Amino acid sequence: MKPEDEYGMKPKKSGKTTRPSAVQIALILIGVLFFALMLVWPLIEVLYRALKDGWELYWSAVTAENTLSALRVTLLAAVIALLVNTFFALAASWLMTKFDFRGKSLLTTLIDIPFSVSPVIAGLAFIMMFGRNGLATPVVNWINDTFGTDISLVFSIPGVVLATIFVTFPYVLRELLPAMNLQGRAEEEAAAMLGAGGLTIFRRVTLSHIKWPLIYGMVLCAARAFGEFGAVYAVSKARGKTFTLPLEVDALYMSGGAEAITQAFAVSSILVLLALIMLILKNIAEWRAGKSEEQEKA
Amino acid sequence: MFIEARHLNKHFDGYEAVKDVTFGVEQGKMAALLGPSGSGKTTILRMIAGLEQQDSGDILIHDRNVNDVPAGKRGIGFVFQNYALFRYMNVYDNIAFGLKVQKKSRSEIRARVTELIELIGLKGLEKRYPNQLSGGQRQRVAFARAIAPDPGLLLLDEPFAAIDAKVRKELRVWLKDMIVQVGITSIFVTHDQEEALEVADDIIILNEGRIEQMGSPMDIYLHPRTPFVAQFAGNSCVVDSLPGFRGFPNLPKGQKILIRPEFVDAFKKDNSQMQPFADRAEDGVITGISFRGNSLEVRLEVHGIPLLTSRSLERREIRLGEHMNVFLHRVYCIEEEHTQVVENELLKDISME
Repeated sequence: MKPEDEYGMKPKKSGKTTRPSAVQIALILIGVLFFALMLVWPLIEVLYRALKDGWELYWSAVTAENTLSALRVTLLAAVIALLVNTFFALAASWLMTKFDFRGKSLLTTLIDIPFSVSPVIAGLAFIMMFGRNGLATPVVNWINDTFGTDISLVFSIPGVVLATIFVTFPYVLRELLPAMNLQGRAEEEAAAMLGAGGLTIFRRVTLSHIKWPLIYGMVLCAARAFGEFGAVYAVSKARGKTFTLPLEVDALYMSGGAEAITQAFAVSSILVLLALIMLILKNIAEWRAGKSEEQEKA
Repeated sequence: MFIEARHLNKHFDGYEAVKDVTFGVEQGKMAALLGPSGSGKTTILRMIAGLEQQDSGDILIHDRNVNDVPAGKRGIGFVFQNYALFRYMNVYDNIAFGLKVQKKSRSEIRARVTELIELIGLKGLEKRYPNQLSGGQRQRVAFARAIAPDPGLLLLDEPFAAIDAKVRKELRVWLKDMIVQVGITSIFVTHDQEEALEVADDIIILNEGRIEQMGSPMDIYLHPRTPFVAQFAGNSCVVDSLPGFRGFPNLPKGQKILIRPEFVDAFKKDNSQMQPFADRAEDGVITGISFRGNSLEVRLEVHGIPLLTSRSLERREIRLGEHMNVFLHRVYCIEEEHTQVVENELLKDISME
């Protein structure tokens, strides 16, 4: 990086650090305490409770029929939600940053609805829409009659997937929009002038700008999908069939037996593991995104 | 004509950006679209490129109507205002982009890119990324990238705007040389009249979406046809009348009078060489002197009228408040749609002597 570049200069680190004052020490202590109390302790608690009755019980809980079914449903819902929302986010952010059209700001607002609506309400809305007397039910019935399918959107896996998609809808897009805005349109126009088609422009020019924000958004989206409870709770009632991991944990915990509680924590530990993987991926993406943003500015 | 624009119109959200613009550029020539901001010059350039669709009118390249030809298929190279280099590609890949899109063979691409990198004098910097280049170097890469696929026409949007003044002049000469060397027809947009006068073969002056005047730089400077052009090209003083000036007895009434610095001759009262002029000169007072590097810019007041002229540093020193002899060679009289040159009638007497 050349020193005369406007943004290229990094502030010099001074060699000496000043001694922290009492206020600083107090603030740091409060921070660490809060972190330990609110984040670390509960996680340790989960692992401790899960393993306190020995490996055998832990393993049987983790490999139980219901748990495996819940894990499958969770992963299926998360993967489909991730694919659908990533595709949608790419299309929408491309549209919203590279083109001007009427109603753009309204669309931006609408996209945030899943952030502001409680997931349970979203789940209930789906039941209202697709339930026995739902307004959208005739449409689903028509599709089933015409194509000979047997799709059911309430109390079934497609309903779980739909609810998960709804709740995780804005995550990828919210990460992509600022990155694409920052980039502007000039490079795409330059590529178009050189004869590149839409797909080539996206692949060779746009994607390299948004790669890390995109991955970051996808990690957030997946993490949110794994942990979703409210919306799925509303549309999923069959344990062992349509339950996801959080629902399974809840069911075990609520069943009351001393063993059941240990099992609940054992199943929770799977979610903790997934969360940790996502956290590591998120940090890698964040770090890389920060690096490429530095490059954007220079 | 190599490229022709016929009756182009374009409006944005209720205002007319371009109004009935018609012009052409001959093969191998370099034309400048010159005008203040908001005059529609960049819009015209983008319409020619195909990045913007005109509301009506035709664009012809080599007598072929390209209205419905998409931007990438018009055979046009475009240098963007801030270069728009691909940030995540190095110099080599930037220049090679257009060739790769055309699916040229690897060896062909290598040969062409190497040739261009040598042409722009950036040998050894192939692996650098745009953010590791200076403004001037980025400009060169943008130029090479635009001409790599061998376009018939090169468009440049404010090519020097993002470069600091020191490098700008140097780069201007470089770019002009390059374009002549490559022999490509080109159109560039600028708001800097000095830049247009110096670099272009033809100038198209725009104002509020309309063409004010087209012609060679010399023609436009010496024979401005509208008040706007007269004022836009060249530093000028504008007054309503010339009270007390001898030599201009027949000035039309009610018209603006425009005086270029080079029309004004100011010399010391005791200057013997200027004797024939001294008898017919007016008395003026120096109200301001500014240093302009290779000359002085002198502001004078003559019969209550402010005038501007320049003075060589080789001549004797002048002081603020000093009385000078001032001779006015000619003025421009500006009518609604027409500018007329009026010579000082006393010049005839001088040449008779």
